[in-house]
Amino acid sequence: MEYGTQAFDALAATAKILFMILGFAMPLASILTWLERRQSAMMQDRLGPNRANIGPIRAWGITHFLADALKFMFKEDFVPPKAHKFLFMWAPIMAMAPALIVSAIVPFGAPLCWGHILDKGSVCESPVPLQIARLDAGMLFYFAIASLSVYGATLAGWASHNKWAMMGGLRASSQMISYEVTLGMSILGSFLVFGTLEPSAMVAQQTSFLDVHDLAHSWGIFSQPVGFLLFLTAAIAETKRTPFDIPEGEPEIIGYFVEYSGLRFGMFFLGEFLEIVFSSAIIVTIFLGGWHMPDIFGLNTYLMEHLPNIGFVLFSMLIWGGKVFLFCSFQLLIRWSLPRFRSDQLMRLGWQRLLPVSIANVVLTALVILYFQSR
Amino acid sequence: MAIGVKVVSRPGSLGQQTYLPAIAEGLGVTFRHFAKNFIGNLVGLRAKTDIVTIQYPEEKKKYPERHRGLHRLMLRDDGQTRCVACMMCPTACPAHCITIVPEEAPDGRIEKRPKIFEIDELRCVVCGLCAEACPCDAIRMDTLEHAMPTYRRVDAILDREELLSRGTRSEAKQGGVGAFWREKVKGEPQTPPAANVVPAGSPPGPTEKSKQES
Repeated sequence: MEYGTQAFDALAATAKILFMILGFAMPLASILTWLERRQSAMMQDRLGPNRANIGPIRAWGITHFLADALKFMFKEDFVPPKAHKFLFMWAPIMAMAPALIVSAIVPFGAPLCWGHILDKGSVCESPVPLQIARLDAGMLFYFAIASLSVYGATLAGWASHNKWAMMGGLRASSQMISYEVTLGMSILGSFLVFGTLEPSAMVAQQTSFLDVHDLAHSWGIFSQPVGFLLFLTAAIAETKRTPFDIPEGEPEIIGYFVEYSGLRFGMFFLGEFLEIVFSSAIIVTIFLGGWHMPDIFGLNTYLMEHLPNIGFVLFSMLIWGGKVFLFCSFQLLIRWSLPRFRSDQLMRLGWQRLLPVSIANVVLTALVILYFQSR
Repeated sequence: MAIGVKVVSRPGSLGQQTYLPAIAEGLGVTFRHFAKNFIGNLVGLRAKTDIVTIQYPEEKKKYPERHRGLHRLMLRDDGQTRCVACMMCPTACPAHCITIVPEEAPDGRIEKRPKIFEIDELRCVVCGLCAEACPCDAIRMDTLEHAMPTYRRVDAILDREELLSRGTRSEAKQGGVGAFWREKVKGEPQTPPAANVVPAGSPPGPTEKSKQES
């Protein structure tokens, strides 16, 4: 198959989709369901679920997510009699599909040199970008698709024919829509610094870990620390997890999926962890250098020059995956450390604190860039 | 407005108002616990971590010496049961779970022995009064075992042979050891106190608690 043709691009995109969804996102989201319980147990001086095993294989109980999957399958698929059948069925898909679609714009490794995967050196004539869809407006695509997950929560609450579930759905939609504004505004500063909306171009610019003389080519967290903090807070609110988990505070107030059982609830459950994975991927891409490794003792430069292209590509994928994994663990740490907000505190924080700070951050960034460009 | 509203300004510096230092401190505490427990558990130094989990049944909590468990009947030197069917334990039992039918013993020195000795573990309230009332050290509750659930009621009634199968020879003097039975023999070495957790692979057997002769 000829490089650069439409059939080649379609085949490459299919391979990337299979790797990203089936090879990375689904296993990581499944492992996170077990990792959350074990990490929280370790934080609370316990051992956690370590006994799930397949015959003699136990591996710290890592196969617990298989038991969870079997439990979801064997539960009764209950549909309330007066529920809206179509929307009741469609809501879990609306909750899970946007979490999977946003993976299209995430770059997960260095470009692959087609036909020269065993060559050394950094010059590449036929690059295959490790990114499912390269769009010039990639981050706008992310915001557009992420907005659709509001429908999952709202439709689930509305279609259940349950007033409590509807209230839960309204709480979820108000929270997600409120923090979406901060999510978009907080990242505008990074767009100004990098001068692009394309995630792969953003990663390509973060070549240095920290260069005080050239912050635009350092990791995004150093040029936009306030933006990083705001984006992280808004991203946690978008995934509806502690300290922003009022929509699904099951022990205290009824959430929007109270009528869901079995695999339908499993889709909400796994969709939440997929959102954690991909919000971590976005944060790693924009603020933590993507697949770049800090050039400690010149190791990254050495590997780039001496490894074959396929070796360096695999190494960069490992770096990217490791960063995403560590950031997922950081989000689990946040969940089990902070208490939950009250509803009025939640809204006040979002509209009166985070949004003004993010707008000020954009204006300040614009002024600083204008000042440096005029010198 | 009829009710006056008092606006109270929140005290403290900017850090206190935003809670960011407190959030960072909380994350630090939980991360420190996680790092200590995770690394310690990973390299096999569980004892150095703060993890309180006891992984039953590989690890078991060591029962105290005064734990009351399943009953057992003790034996005399010649292998016969020490019980002389004096009826003190069913008399002392508040749940009436002990049934004894005596018979004449062939030994001329001992008058009676139990022909039927049954303890209904479903009725037993594990009070220990039977062992306390026994003057011959014939019945004990120091097996450190629990009465297991059974599918049939009749299986929970322990008969004489089953009670004797858990028994061991007792060195207690017939009729008790007198007023100073708790006094230890001088010069006997004291055993050190045992650890709280028994390591895996060594199931605890019945504790041999022989009463010292005066």
